[in-house]
Amino acid sequence: MPMVEVAGKSFEVDEEGYLTNLADWNQDIAGYLAQEEKVEMTDSHWEVVNFLREYYDEYQIAPAVRVLTKAISKKLGADKGNNKYLYELFPYGPAKQACKIAGLPKPTGCI
Amino acid sequence: MSDMMDDMEGGEGVVKKFMFVNRKAPHGTIYALEGLEVVLVSAAFDQDVSMVFADDGVYELIKGMNTKGIEVKDFSKTYRALDGYDIEKLYVEKASMDARGLTEADLIVDVTVLDSAEMANLMAEQDVVISY
Repeated sequence: MPMVEVAGKSFEVDEEGYLTNLADWNQDIAGYLAQEEKVEMTDSHWEVVNFLREYYDEYQIAPAVRVLTKAISKKLGADKGNNKYLYELFPYGPAKQACKIAGLPKPTGCI
Repeated sequence: MSDMMDDMEGGEGVVKKFMFVNRKAPHGTIYALEGLEVVLVSAAFDQDVSMVFADDGVYELIKGMNTKGIEVKDFSKTYRALDGYDIEKLYVEKASMDARGLTEADLIVDVTVLDSAEMANLMAEQDVVISY
């Protein structure tokens, strides 16, 4: 497995760049992963990333996009729980990019 | 659903009844986890999906699991995510629960409890039954 170095500490990622150990995650690593994905993190981005981490904590999986939009809609409102809003934040796919930045594995059912 | 609907028209595919039968204890083999992942993936295809828990498979739904000692992920919480994936048909066989001294109150999700005859009828209605 490849290793990356962030703020003087090294971390293991898989061949697609997803963090191997969820527990390794911190803000610095999120920043590094965002940079790799060419995403400029704003409060709106963090809101989604933090939402994903809470989702994972509760259900032990990274949700599929359809499930993510529905869950966000329920918690943060329909103006955020839609594809347009989420793809504007994460152009290469909210589940894929936001999950990666959140330190989660690639979503189950992501096809 | 009308008779007109088939997979060649209107972009709507045929909806089949898929039943995934879980018969194994959650840990010790990979069947339970893999079976659950297959169900989560199947949700992307808009099919009529149901899950059955029978024999030792009822242990997959036990509330308050703790897997620290065996150093594996506790995926029992993931059964609670099924609702969000629109997979709401969860059936448990009564005899399997009774034999293990379990009741619905011991389970992490809401289920429909069926006796063996009801379960057999439900299985007979399916287009596809996949058993783990």
